[in-house]
Amino acid sequence: MTNVLLIVFSMSLLYLSIANRLSSYVKILALQGFLLFGVSFIELDEIDPINLVFILLETIVFKAIAVPMFLSYVIKHNGITREAEPYVPNFISLIVVTTIIIATFLLSNTIQDEQLNKVYFVAALSSLFTGLYIISTRKKILTHAMGFLVIENGVFILSLAVGNEMPLLINTGILLDLFITVLLLGIFINKIGDVLKDGDVNQLRNLKD
Amino acid sequence: MTIPYLIGAFILCVLLFFNRNKRMSYFLTSLFLAFQWIFTIHEYIHLNTVEYGYFLPDAVGILLLITISIIAVPAIYHSHVFLSKNQDNPRNSALYLSSMVVLIFALSLAYLSNHIAVTWVFVEMTTLSASALIYHRRNVRTLEGTWKYIFVCSISITFVFIGILFLSIAVQEVGDTNLTFTSLMKRAAELDVFWLRLAFIFIFTGYTAKIGLVPMYTAGIDAKDKAPSPAGALLSSVLMNVGFIGIFRFYEIVAQTKLHAWTNNIIMVSAVLSIFIATVYMIKVKNIKRMFAYSSIEHMGIVMLGLAAGGIGYYAAILHIVLHAFVKSSLFFQMGQIYRIYKSKSVYDVGNYFKYNLTGALVVMLGFISATAMPPSGLFVSEFLIFRSLFEAHYFLILIFVLLLLTIIIWAFGKNIFKLLFTPAVDFNEDDLERIKPFESYSQFALLGLVVYLGLNPPLQMVELIQEAVKNLP
Repeated sequence: MTNVLLIVFSMSLLYLSIANRLSSYVKILALQGFLLFGVSFIELDEIDPINLVFILLETIVFKAIAVPMFLSYVIKHNGITREAEPYVPNFISLIVVTTIIIATFLLSNTIQDEQLNKVYFVAALSSLFTGLYIISTRKKILTHAMGFLVIENGVFILSLAVGNEMPLLINTGILLDLFITVLLLGIFINKIGDVLKDGDVNQLRNLKD
Repeated sequence: MTIPYLIGAFILCVLLFFNRNKRMSYFLTSLFLAFQWIFTIHEYIHLNTVEYGYFLPDAVGILLLITISIIAVPAIYHSHVFLSKNQDNPRNSALYLSSMVVLIFALSLAYLSNHIAVTWVFVEMTTLSASALIYHRRNVRTLEGTWKYIFVCSISITFVFIGILFLSIAVQEVGDTNLTFTSLMKRAAELDVFWLRLAFIFIFTGYTAKIGLVPMYTAGIDAKDKAPSPAGALLSSVLMNVGFIGIFRFYEIVAQTKLHAWTNNIIMVSAVLSIFIATVYMIKVKNIKRMFAYSSIEHMGIVMLGLAAGGIGYYAAILHIVLHAFVKSSLFFQMGQIYRIYKSKSVYDVGNYFKYNLTGALVVMLGFISATAMPPSGLFVSEFLIFRSLFEAHYFLILIFVLLLLTIIIWAFGKNIFKLLFTPAVDFNEDDLERIKPFESYSQFALLGLVVYLGLNPPLQMVELIQEAVKNLP
């Protein structure tokens, strides 16, 4: 079952690469939140209940509901145009993300390790690199923040892979997640959105040599 | 006493945050400095005793802790000067001082942490406090600098976390869950090479944002430029050291395994590229503060060369990182005075600094000599030792290439500094010139003097600490 969820997660990355509207990005992030909820619910059967509740709350309340709602609010509040405005054609993005998934898949086949479930490894690393790819090829600052959220989801999957023995690491990861998301989006809503109307990275190019 | 220190410093920072009275802020920051020094001396006395399971004041941690405690004194002093010159609202000043206190105590605890995840938490805390300092001036440019800094640092801190996760997979395979550095050191030889390799790549890449090496150096430059000078001094000295300690502690573990030669290659590539990029930008850059920031990149590259070359290079790398912190912070403190006189950081607008601020100009002159590692600067000694270690490790081509780049850097650095010191400024209005009091420069003289003293005649305790810090490396 977790395998199915993780494969759907990887497929959502492919969809992310060709999505054109910001609202699709928000919906994909919400979907990924639900998928992560499912994975952690099934997978983390060995850790104590309080910890589990904390983790489940983080995925369902924070990742799947609060952040997407907040993102839609930011888009409406700042009057951001709905296009994602990629620098490269969608077709190329699709090829790149597919290549990323295949490459991590091949890398995972070189691992000789019985303990680790390789699907986790593939989903986590491909999500990490897809996030980096989205950050580097999209024009809007808000899409950069969304790319970062995709990276965070990848990190969460990876921490689930080691989570049963070391719940401390999952909790640290969640704290990172909450902390940075709040910080990034907080700055966005408070400052960047007010100062720069379009939210285009070209307006952040003054500091250079 | 790490936990009492954490609590005490946190209380002081909350008080500073809510305090609006100037006298009270003098008192609270002095109290913090006293507390910082008591903590430093206490930890020095209790060398190598584990505290609360997560903190271990070992030799390298203590060396960097003493460094930050020394730099913290002038940093707070210059911050008060800076805040009293710029009459902005008390809320901003309070936020500035309390962020600075958070930055200093987070750095101190990151140096002493013995657990890889605890180091990581405190490094993350430095990102938060540093970004509050960078955004102090509240305009579009500082907003840009802050956003870039937070974004790049967040990605890199995530990279470090992924590295820790890979490391934990390796640790679990040998039936352990302990991630303290001491335990990792003991188990290093048993750990799986594949996971360790992945972990090293991610942790190294992540910490390069803090130490200021290729590939993640970019955000640090904007941050040091946009932060107020006293904060920039911390950002370009002690904050870079925290990146160093993150890499150094993990390098110590990897050095016990078969991967040692491979990690040396990675570090070497990153170091040479950093020095190369620093050279290119030093020639091009017209903003003096950014030039100092690129000079820091160059010095971190040299430190990493020493680490990768091994032998006497280990000793020299630690010496270099300590001395560099003093030199670079004093140059940044001085930058604040330059900006107050010329109201500009561009090399086109400045000139004839000897005429307007004699003591300050002397600091710039001596700082230039120190930063380019000319004798009697202590950096001369450490750089010389690093080059010797490169020679002994048979890295001849790299040595020649780096020496060539350093020559260009000295030329580029000197060109801008001599323009600042001697060439008359174009269209400069001398009428409402601010007179800088000479005693504002005394702390910089003290720091630069310390560099000469520690380089030429290092006290026995310091030599012992450095030797103990590198004793685990092969």
